[in-house]
Amino acid sequence: MAYMSKGAEGLRSIPALLRRNAELHGAAPAYREKEYGIWQSWTWAQTEEQIEALALGLLDLGVAPGEFVAVIGHNRPYLYWSMVAVQMIGAVPVPLYQDAAAEEMEYVLIHCGARLVIAADQEQVDKVIGVQDACPQFEELIYLDPKGLRKYDHAHLRAFQAVQEKGRARRGDLGEELARRRALLGYDDICVMLYTSGTTGKPKGVVLSNRNIIETAKSSAAFDHLTVGEEVLAYLPMAWVGDFIFSIGQAYWAGFCVNCPESPETMMTDLREIAPSYYFAPPRVFESQLTQIMIRMEDASALKQRLFHHFMEVARRVGPRILDGKPVSALDRLRYRLGEFLVYGPLKNTLGLSRVRVGYTAGEAIGPEIFDFYRALGINLKQLYGQTEASVFITQQPDGEVRSDTVGVPSPGVEIRIAENGEVFYRSPGVFVEYYKNAESTRDTKDGEGWVATGDAGFIEEGSGHLRIIDRAKDVGTMADGALFAPKYVENKLKFYPNILEAVVMGAGRDKCCAFINIDLTAVGNWAERNNIAYASYQELAGHPQVLDMIQSHVEEVNESVARDDMLSGCQVHRFLVLHKELDADDGELTRTRKVRRKIIGEKFVDLVEALYGGAGSVYTETEVTYEDGRKGRIKATLEIRDARVVPVRPATLAAE
Amino acid sequence: MKDTQGYLTADGRQIGGVLMEMRNITLRFGGVVAIEDISFDIREGEIRAIIGPNGAGKSSMLNIISGFYTPSNGEVWYKGAPRPLMKPYEVARMGVARTFQNIALFEGMTVLDNVMTGRLTHMHAGLLSQALWWGRARDEEIANREVVEKVIDFLEIQNIRKTPVGRLPYGLKKRVELARALAAEPSLLLLDEPMAGMNVEEKEDMSRFILDVNDEFGTTIALIEHDMGVVMDLSDRVVVMDYGKKIGDGTPDEVRGNQDVIDAYLGVAH
Repeated sequence: MAYMSKGAEGLRSIPALLRRNAELHGAAPAYREKEYGIWQSWTWAQTEEQIEALALGLLDLGVAPGEFVAVIGHNRPYLYWSMVAVQMIGAVPVPLYQDAAAEEMEYVLIHCGARLVIAADQEQVDKVIGVQDACPQFEELIYLDPKGLRKYDHAHLRAFQAVQEKGRARRGDLGEELARRRALLGYDDICVMLYTSGTTGKPKGVVLSNRNIIETAKSSAAFDHLTVGEEVLAYLPMAWVGDFIFSIGQAYWAGFCVNCPESPETMMTDLREIAPSYYFAPPRVFESQLTQIMIRMEDASALKQRLFHHFMEVARRVGPRILDGKPVSALDRLRYRLGEFLVYGPLKNTLGLSRVRVGYTAGEAIGPEIFDFYRALGINLKQLYGQTEASVFITQQPDGEVRSDTVGVPSPGVEIRIAENGEVFYRSPGVFVEYYKNAESTRDTKDGEGWVATGDAGFIEEGSGHLRIIDRAKDVGTMADGALFAPKYVENKLKFYPNILEAVVMGAGRDKCCAFINIDLTAVGNWAERNNIAYASYQELAGHPQVLDMIQSHVEEVNESVARDDMLSGCQVHRFLVLHKELDADDGELTRTRKVRRKIIGEKFVDLVEALYGGAGSVYTETEVTYEDGRKGRIKATLEIRDARVVPVRPATLAAE
Repeated sequence: MKDTQGYLTADGRQIGGVLMEMRNITLRFGGVVAIEDISFDIREGEIRAIIGPNGAGKSSMLNIISGFYTPSNGEVWYKGAPRPLMKPYEVARMGVARTFQNIALFEGMTVLDNVMTGRLTHMHAGLLSQALWWGRARDEEIANREVVEKVIDFLEIQNIRKTPVGRLPYGLKKRVELARALAAEPSLLLLDEPMAGMNVEEKEDMSRFILDVNDEFGTTIALIEHDMGVVMDLSDRVVVMDYGKKIGDGTPDEVRGNQDVIDAYLGVAH
């Protein structure tokens, strides 16, 4: 890996890293994509040729330095190349969420003033065409998949391959201009602009420089010893900073291969075929995988079930210790070996996690049982804590110091400070340049010395030096009696039950806490099937008395556990209801990264909140829902409100700061 | 027919000359006259619908086109020449593929294998070569698989490629049937009630795929369908049948205004 440190001086942009990879690892695979049932691959040398052809084609279209070019679609090599090609000519790529509704896209396109959009398919092209009248600057559209686009007016619509062909044809006269622009790319030039999902208000364009991305990629790749031999599966949204760091930053820095699934639906099959060595997934993915394993184990034969449970018990006891390199008796080691042969190995193989050397989860808290399950299998799953504004990494867990309740120690080069009110601040080479066209927000978030407010409340644990996050700083409040209110803490405990998909706890400024609960259709549906409970719709299942009984028992168990925490015992859930619809990003209730938008939910379901606090036994409500194609409909329901048993606590004398 | 000019559709597609022509077709089962003296044509590149109330003889007409029934009287002209008596597989080899009203897939086989059966008319390797999977058989299979994979990609069924058909929901089975028909690379595609029993979303998907097939491959499509909304939206020209007779023929708008058609659907005293 000597070239890494040696070459660092000249490597001040992603296209420069591309050049180095094409030279050093020309014949090694850089991208793979499953198409037509086969993994198609491109070496670094081929990748450079493809990217250059596109860059020349973009020059031919007159893309100027500093211009923003939007890229929309699911993970495909062509779209990653698009981003690098855009960088190569000195312009700035702006990846957008492919599931964004047209209005969201319109806001972003107007905000960044993109003149050119590179879109994956007809769906995205339609969205862009739909909003183009509102975007005066918008001129050209490049598409990847021609399906369904034949009849479209091609005056301002071009096929990706056609742009590349044009570029290749004009290499003679534009090649010099391309070389000139490539040479001009500086360390403090903009590398990419990413829009934050925005739990509150409009999305903000986070400007990240080449320095941010490359420094972060460099130190994080060293932290986990990433090499040219890693395999990753790129399946998370391209507009998310994590994907940019993993699939572009680290991939170009370390020179490893990025694999793109055939379609979002085939992700699990493709994961199994690729068996990545470096893997990232939000807790949600691990949760649903575990739920599926458990559901399918229940269908297995008695012998298999007994084997599974016996060896999982062994694994829970000794697996994490072996992974952390702690002493384990020879007998236990032997048992674990046998378990590996009979249970863990085949299971990991089925999950596609056989080769995972470094696995990360982040974005939300992960349930300790879930976390321990994967660690017990011998999968080195770790947590990290990050933000778009930090180019992902703020803290991460080093090998051997992995726990489910912390988010790790500061990443290399990151300084952490906890403010008076408990808010976490950080400073690092990865800290973003600014929010585009939003100096005010930039000032609010980043101070003159480069310290950035995370918006999360947390503390550094005595002894280990690990950071623990309690909740969003602005969500942490006090209740009417002055007790500390941290909704996320309780919600996470609720969400650790497989039957509960989402929970929203309310109680700031009130005398007690109440909650909305979303059931998990997979888990509860399976349970219903087993217990011969018939249901026709999500709504009916969610309102079933037996489901409510089950959820009530979960809530009461959580109350008991919350009551044990001196600081937060006031946050026990007194009353709850099970929502008649799943919270959905299309309805604005969640962000695109599936975080709860409390304010919007509070406003939208104000009748339900009132009923919870009003003491009624049931409430009738009508809710507007948005279908995937943008049409709206209404659903009506009468929801039962349940009282949950709470554990009496001493008056909260420990009222928080 | 004399005219090979074709016409321009409302949305600006050029429709070509006559691909298939039914000339005075009559079909009798013993004393029952299922189809009585019907003539119409199907032009290259168009979506042609055959509609009519239950028992009007639509499926029988489709079965005549596919070669399953032999007309008692009349001729079928295909690509400018009268078609001699043929077995259905011979018709299939001439580029006519179909889907069935009641799904006719191999339930125990995977989606991929089912779609591969659609390539049967394109396989020519001998028994020995097939048995040893060597030489021609292997080359053919690779070429056929490529065509099949393109169809799978086109119809967005990659995620169920290796799933046995028996485990699929109804709407998807219909899509697999369409995939199998498409794999034959037909010049004329016959769809027998492609939307029957589907919910609105599945119908929308299927409509989109039918339009895309026509648009992308230029495949001529003849379909039978009960959902009037679908028929009127999709098709370029419509034949209306009632009690084995043709009572209307023309663009959706023309047919909609035809008094005989209205009577047939709303019912009048006979």
